[in-house]
Formats: sequence, C-alpha cells, structure tokens
Amino acid sequence: MAAVQETVDKVKTLDVDAYKYGFFTDIASDKAPKGLSEDIVRFISAKKNEPEWLTNWRLDAYRRWLTMVEPNWARVHYPKIDYQDLYYYSAPKSAEGPRLLEDVDPELLRVYEKLGIPLREQELLAGVQERRVAVDAVFDSVSVVTTFKAELANAGVIFCPISEAVQTHPELVRKYLGSVVPVTDNYFATLNSAVFSDGSFVYIPPGVRCPMELSTYFRINEKNTGQFERTLIIADKGSYVSYLEGCTAPQRDENQLHAAVVELIALDDAEIKYSTVQNWYPGDANGKGGIYNFVTKRGDCRGARSKISWTQVETGSAITWKYPSCILRGDDSRGEFYSIAISNGYQQVDSGTKMLHLGANTSSRVISKGIAAGHSQNTYRGQISAHRKAVNARNFTNCDSLLIGNKCGAHTVPYIEAKNSSALFEHEATTSKISDDQLFYVMQRGLSAEEATALIVNGFVRDVLQQLPMEFAVEAQKLIAISLEGSVG
Amino acid sequence: MSADFFTDSLCDTASLPLFKVKTMLDIENLRVKIAGKTIIDGLNLKVDAGQVAAIMGPNGSGKSTLSYVIAGRADYEVTEGSIKLDGVDLLDKTPAERAALGIFLSFQYPLEIPGVATMTFLKAALNAQRRARDEGEMLTPDFMKKVRAAAARLNISQDMLKRAVNLGFSGGEKKRMEILQMALLEPRFAILDEMDSGLDIDALRVCADGVNALRSPERGLLVITHYQRLLDYIAPDVVHVMSAGKIVRSGGPELALELEKSGYADYASEAA
Repeated sequence: MAAVQETVDKVKTLDVDAYKYGFFTDIASDKAPKGLSEDIVRFISAKKNEPEWLTNWRLDAYRRWLTMVEPNWARVHYPKIDYQDLYYYSAPKSAEGPRLLEDVDPELLRVYEKLGIPLREQELLAGVQERRVAVDAVFDSVSVVTTFKAELANAGVIFCPISEAVQTHPELVRKYLGSVVPVTDNYFATLNSAVFSDGSFVYIPPGVRCPMELSTYFRINEKNTGQFERTLIIADKGSYVSYLEGCTAPQRDENQLHAAVVELIALDDAEIKYSTVQNWYPGDANGKGGIYNFVTKRGDCRGARSKISWTQVETGSAITWKYPSCILRGDDSRGEFYSIAISNGYQQVDSGTKMLHLGANTSSRVISKGIAAGHSQNTYRGQISAHRKAVNARNFTNCDSLLIGNKCGAHTVPYIEAKNSSALFEHEATTSKISDDQLFYVMQRGLSAEEATALIVNGFVRDVLQQLPMEFAVEAQKLIAISLEGSVG
Repeated sequence: MSADFFTDSLCDTASLPLFKVKTMLDIENLRVKIAGKTIIDGLNLKVDAGQVAAIMGPNGSGKSTLSYVIAGRADYEVTEGSIKLDGVDLLDKTPAERAALGIFLSFQYPLEIPGVATMTFLKAALNAQRRARDEGEMLTPDFMKKVRAAAARLNISQDMLKRAVNLGFSGGEKKRMEILQMALLEPRFAILDEMDSGLDIDALRVCADGVNALRSPERGLLVITHYQRLLDYIAPDVVHVMSAGKIVRSGGPELALELEKSGYADYASEAA
C-alpha cells in the first residue's frame, strides 16, 4: 500500500512540475531539442532540480542575452554562430563514443602515448564506452578518490560539482554565484549564466590550507561537464588553494562552442592559485572544425592582502577568446597572470588578462609568452588600470612573442590606464623568431628539427612553466613539443 | 649508424693490408652554391682516422662554408660531388643524422639558447645521438659523472653548467663549452671552425689542451683557422691551403709556418 502511495505521489510531483514550468519537452529524454528559449532554460533548471531563485537567475540571464550582441573586437574570425542550431542540454552519459580503443582515432592515441598516459585512462579520455564501468572500478579499487575525499572532508574543504553544491550548500552558491562575473557581464558569460551545464564548486574554510592540489587526481571523474562549464571557487579568510583545470590530453568532444565562466573569490589574506592546460581540438590541417573557446575567467581579490594567480597553457581550440583577470579590490592584494599560448595550423588566439587595481598598494604581475607557428594568429590583449583610489598601484608586464616560420602573426595590444599619479606600471614586450642559426646549432648536436624547436620553445616559456605544479609542468613540456609538430622543416 | 655500415667497413679492413690507414672523411669534387653564387668549386679533401688536418686560407675562401656543408646546414646547394664519412654518404642525411654518425662542429660563433640550462641541453644532445644509434639513454648518474670530469678539465664551473646555454658567456667561455660538448659527445670526426677567434692566450691553451686530450687513432680532426698561432697548440699532421673554394696546396706542418711569413697574398690573387 505504501509503495502504491509513493508512486502516486511521484506522479503528482511530476504533474505539478510540468505545470509549473509549462514545458513540453519529455523530461525523460537525455537531450533537449536544438535551440534556445525560455522553455529550454527552464528544462535545464528542472533537470537539475534547481531552486526557484536559480531558475529565475538563469531566466534573467537569458532575457538579458537576447538584448546583447556578440562582441567583435577580438582579432579572431569565424563564421557566424547559429545559436538556435545548438543543443543546450544533453545528459552526461551519452552512448555515442567508440566501443573499443581500436575504434579510436589513431592520431589521438599517438598523442596519449607520447604524453605517457596509462592505457586505462586513455580509454576514458577517448570516451570508449564498454570499458567505462571497469575503469571506474579499477580507479576506485585503488581508493584514490575515496582517500582524497575523506582527507578533504577532514579539512572542511567543500569540493563537488556545482550542481551538487546548489543542493547541499545553497547559501554559499547564492551568495557568491555571479558576484565576480555578473549575469550582465558579456555576451558569452550571460549565455553561460542562462544555460550552464555543470562545473566545480570549491569552498575553503577560514585558515585552511587545502591539503592537496585540487582536481589533479580527479581528472577522470571531472569529465562531461559540458560545453557551458561554470566554476566557483571561494577561499575564505586566510585560506589557500591550488586548483588545476583541464588535462594535457586532447579530449574527444562533440561540441564546437564552449563558453565557460570561472569565478574566484579570495577573502582577507587568502590565496588562490588556478592553473589551466587547455588542449581542445584545434581543427584539421586546413583549419576545418575545431573548438571555439569563449571563456570568462575572473578572480576577485575581495579581501585585504589576498592573492590570486592564474597560470595557463593554451595549445588547443580553433579560436581562443580568453582573459583571466583579477579585480584587486582589497588593499595590498596581488594578482598574477602567467600564460603560454601556442598556436599552430590555422588557430586563432586572442588572450591576455585584465588587472584592475582598485585598492591601495595593490600589485600585479603579467608574464605572457605567445608562440605562433604555421598560419596561426596569436594576440596578447591586456588591460592594466588603476582607480583613483588605488594609490601606489604597481604592475609589471612582460609579453614576449616567438614566431616560427613566416606565415603566422603575433600581436600585442596593451591597454594601460592610470587614474592616479602614484601608480607605477611597467610594460615590456619583445617579438623574436627562432633563428635558422639557433636551430642548426641544436640540430648539429643531434636533435631533429622538431626536437630542436621544442627545446628552444621550452626555453622561451621556462619562466611560466616554473609556475605550474611540478607534475603538470612535465606534461605541459611534452604537450608543447606535440603542439608544434609539423611547424618546421 | 646502419648495420650495413659496420659490415662493410669490417670487410674493407679485412681485405686491406694492416698498415693502410683508413680514410675517414672523403670529399670529392665538391661544388656548393649559396643564393646562386659558387662558394666551393671542385674541392677534394681526405682526412684519415687519427689525423689532424688543418685548413688555412684567406677570408672568403669558403672555409666556414665547408664546415657548414659537412655538418648539413640548409640553404647550401650542393651541385656536384660527394662527402663521405667512413664510406657513408652524408649528403642525403639531416644534420641530426650526421651528428649521430659522428660529425661534430665546434662553431666559430656558438649560439645562445635562452631558458635552456646547459646541463639540459647536453643531456638532450647526448641522448638524442645515443637513441639514433640504438644505444639507449645514458643514466643520469653516469651522465653527471662524465660532465663533471670533462668540465673540470676545461675549467668550467658548476655554475656555468646551470646557466642557459651560452647566454651571457664570454667568448672564451663559449669556446670552452664547445670543447666540453665535443668531449661529451665523443664524435668520430670533429671540425673546429676558427676555434682561436676571440680567445686570449690562456683560454686558447685550455681549449687546445681539451682538444689534444681528445686526439685518438679512432678520431679525425679538421682544424679551420686563419692564423698559424692555433697550430702551435694543436699540432697538425697535414696542412691544406684553401682559396677560392678549393684546396690549392697541401703539405706538412711547415707549410703553416711558411704561410705565417708570406701571408695569403699569392693565393688571394689566385682567387681573383
């Protein structure tokens, strides 16, 4: 009898929901139909069982988005995106992947092998379907995940998918979501706010130093966060966290448009170190296909003496539009941006940072290394500004570009604004080309043209590589070599 | 190095009388153009195993070009002739393949590689050559030991090994680093291009001692220089005079002394 009652209740809830949101889409389906509308936004929100405030937050974003125009100031060119021709929701476990490793693109496997990724992990990254359960089992059997989760819980660190945090820690999510990148911020961030799929949520309690690099050991489980990723990291007073995003292995991905939003909040004396390796599909040799990556990443040094540091290695995507920034609001706060952006083939990169000095005695440091090869275009775009109250603001910027071959381009576009006379901003920029003499010298010692190029490029980016966590740096070094294959000779 | 090469050379040795010295580097009728201009014009040169051969000549006679062409630098168009090392034709090989076969070039102006620690560079070079010869990579402790021993002989500090390759090195430091690389890579055949340029007498002595320590019956050396001075420190077995892209005269060590007195005037006129 009780069981029957339960079923009846369930059906009722479903009915009520359906009425409340008024959507027509079959709730059981794994994919929403193509296109974007208020119904789709409600559908996504309902699928995630979100509270009303969040549904409304998404809807506000959607309505706002309708009034906005796609930005066109970046030095990137791509065919017009038909936003009604995209899927905005599909269930994480799609069954579209290859069934066996033998079915996976051999080129992809070759790269995995070069990166030294274990076979089982390769299968996961390539999206091999049949082995998934087995691999999870193996992974769990070594208890890595369990052990780390317990350790994090002991420290009081919250680290979970943002969709889970909405349910378990709604007060934190509601307080901080959109507080760094407002819903109205820019075309892509607003779109993300309306339809974001999932992402990470991190909260470090006051005074806690997170006992491990977050996400290194979770890269397998971090899959399927989708094309509209949303990450929110809060470091409470006096805490520290280092977060690693992405993975050096190229991931199989069906979505061409990616528009992620990452928000970081550092309160008094807190420090966040955020490292990224982005290696999405850059398109084929003729520039066909490839991911469009329009990301909004921003950190808010909200508290005094807080510090946020961005380190990125960008090698993938056909188009990269990305400016991890710091709002230096707290007095004596510090922002850092270390970047390696490599473009080859027909890739277009427009990336850089913004350091907005609002508080007194704030400081920032920008080291950007752009490497352009093939037919690619690589632009550094950076804004450094000092508010009139930002007395003694300091910035040091160094952007170096390296050209390989004579069909690529490197561009540097700095915007520097100081509204008070005590600010001290330094900007250094160089553009160089790997010389034939240098290459010949290294090759004469026994290295092939490609090995020689990789060695010289790794030297060029050394300052930034040193900012990466150790094991990540080793992988990144190999990745740089792989990204530049075919760029010489 | 190919298996064929070993087999061939073994056969050769077996069929030849024991006293016959083996030709290591063999250049025949070499003609080289760069940007349409002939720089090397029918050059013949043989250097035997164990021999130190000096090439002297006026500026612009094609000495440096010759060293680049042997090492395989691009942009040089070989229109005729052949270059062989131990009977293996080098011309269709990449610079890295030639290096693995045993060609080493000490540069007149060694290049700087910012951000790459000297130690990293040395290890990458050595292991790339070993891989190409199927010898397997050298273990780090063995490698360190080898570098330290060679560095001590050349008066190279640990600090220099940690710095980026040649970056901010003085002329003398750069040249000592070239000899260090030679000691480490143990080439079959080394070409020293104007090793003495930019060196004071003390540095020259250190470098020359380093080179002399590497003289061996198994190794050929080609010393390219403008001045006789270097040959006081590295005594050649034979001296060749190069002018207008070819060897115009060959002789013993006394030829170098003669040139020191009379200069290149006779040969320069020939070039014109």
